[in-house]
Amino acid sequence: MSKKYDAGVKEYRDTYWTPDYIPLDTDLLACFKCTGQEGVPKEEVAAAVAAESSTGTWSTVWSELLTDLDFYKGRCYRIEDVPGDKESFYAFIAYPLDLFEEGSVTNVLTSLVGNVFGFKALRHLRLEDIRFPMAFIKTCPGPPNGICVERDRMNKYGRPLLGCTIKPKLGLSGKNYGRVVYECLRGGLDFTKDDENINSQPFQRWQNRFEFVAEAVQLAQEETGEKKGHYLNCTAATPEEMYERAEFAKELGQPIIMHDYITGGFTANTGLSKWCRKNGMLLHIHRAMHAVIDRHPKHGIHFRVLAKCLRLSGGDQLHTGTVVGKLEGDRQTTLGFIDQLRESFIPEDRTRGNFFDQDWGSMPGVFAVASGGIHVWHMPALVAIFGDDSVLQFGGGTHGHPWGSAAGAAANRVALEACVKARNAGREIEKEGRDILMEAAKHSPELAIALETWKEIKFEFDTVDKLDVG
Amino acid sequence: MPFKSTVGDYQTVATLETFGFLPPMTQDEIYDQIAYIIAQGWSPLVEHVHPSRSMATYWSFWKLPFFGEKDLGVIVNELESCHRAYPDHHVRLVGYDAYTQSQGACFVVFEGR
Repeated sequence: MSKKYDAGVKEYRDTYWTPDYIPLDTDLLACFKCTGQEGVPKEEVAAAVAAESSTGTWSTVWSELLTDLDFYKGRCYRIEDVPGDKESFYAFIAYPLDLFEEGSVTNVLTSLVGNVFGFKALRHLRLEDIRFPMAFIKTCPGPPNGICVERDRMNKYGRPLLGCTIKPKLGLSGKNYGRVVYECLRGGLDFTKDDENINSQPFQRWQNRFEFVAEAVQLAQEETGEKKGHYLNCTAATPEEMYERAEFAKELGQPIIMHDYITGGFTANTGLSKWCRKNGMLLHIHRAMHAVIDRHPKHGIHFRVLAKCLRLSGGDQLHTGTVVGKLEGDRQTTLGFIDQLRESFIPEDRTRGNFFDQDWGSMPGVFAVASGGIHVWHMPALVAIFGDDSVLQFGGGTHGHPWGSAAGAAANRVALEACVKARNAGREIEKEGRDILMEAAKHSPELAIALETWKEIKFEFDTVDKLDVG
Repeated sequence: MPFKSTVGDYQTVATLETFGFLPPMTQDEIYDQIAYIIAQGWSPLVEHVHPSRSMATYWSFWKLPFFGEKDLGVIVNELESCHRAYPDHHVRLVGYDAYTQSQGACFVVFEGR
């Protein structure tokens, strides 16, 4: 039956609050934490979020009647209290699949976290989680290689991978920079990493860095007999320059490149990831700017959403925080989103912050990267928290060793292998961490000195963003 | 007085990937690792190669992967038989994971000369 055009302003909830709706398997589902302005009913706030992130406009418009808007609209189908928080609530919204372009994370985010976040009827709004339907996932490229392929290429099995960022992060010449890479790799690391700030500055242009690094990787590989790599940062001002750098890394025979997916943008990231798949290159992903978006408990986007988006857009390794180091991150929440990176099915589990069942189908997994203020004493906890499919990166914890980066690298490698060996033998490595490290240090003066150097350093600040519990 | 430095010299070592930085394992320690592989539901597999080819992707299988083998003693025997047959080769033990099509464990048990 055709409808009549009735100009004017309607309440959002008349159209977009549908508590009887049962979401379809093909719907994209989202959970928002909403904090409305005082006096606005929850249903109206939730419906406004659904409307403004899908088909709605503040006023009824005649052209709505040219289409079947009920087919395209987002719907709020459930409202829940936030445990321990009286002013906020969760709104669950279902979006029909056809609202989004196939394979475009960019399009999903433009809708879901677009204008709606500036909406006046809201004081705060936070996108907590998205359930991506399989029908959408199958249109996304995903990680260019995945965990299994990366292990096979790098010949690393049965343990977390070990890396480190080159420091100082800015100001080294290409040749000096390559020296530090060489020291770390000959000392036993699997990977070194460009700091995210390193692009192509006056003190070190990118070609120059790439050439010296390639030589360092090659030498370390020959001398140690192990596979090595360095994340060559291809993040650049334009896509054209980004691809030029990626091509050169490939020409130099390097195994892995790097991109900053939030500052660089999802479109650039998806493009580069497709290039990596086509060119047999691994892709390391940094997440600069994430804390601007994800740290406030009531506003922004939770990192689990950004992590899911990265898995869809493509990357073989993604930074996830460390739980124990210098940067923000609570343990249960971190476990929740590293599951989203690596597993093929993750059930709803509010104790880990996962609001939906999420099925990833055949999409490859992404290594979780733990980096930032960690040192040998953290090793038992890191191995226990992150498991084998992770990259543990010690920057200061490598270069800060009194004997230099090579000895620092060796100390970390010994500590890592001692923890893995003890775990496999059935020991509780977090509880017995101290003993395990002290035993290992008997065979490694490098580790003994590292343990002495960092014995007092702790980062015990409470996290700002916690799971919502009553 | 002669100058005495507290800085040590780190000498590069050629290693064979996982557990390459630990001292050789004792018999008991190797048993523990085999037990771990079996407890994970992985298939034990023995491979060997001449040291000059240690960086190759493919090492030679010793027989076939021991699919479904649960007996620690059998695996220890196979490792030793492989070592006796190829005394100058590296011999490694792999825990093959058919679910991920990857190796959940992989380390060298005997180093060739």
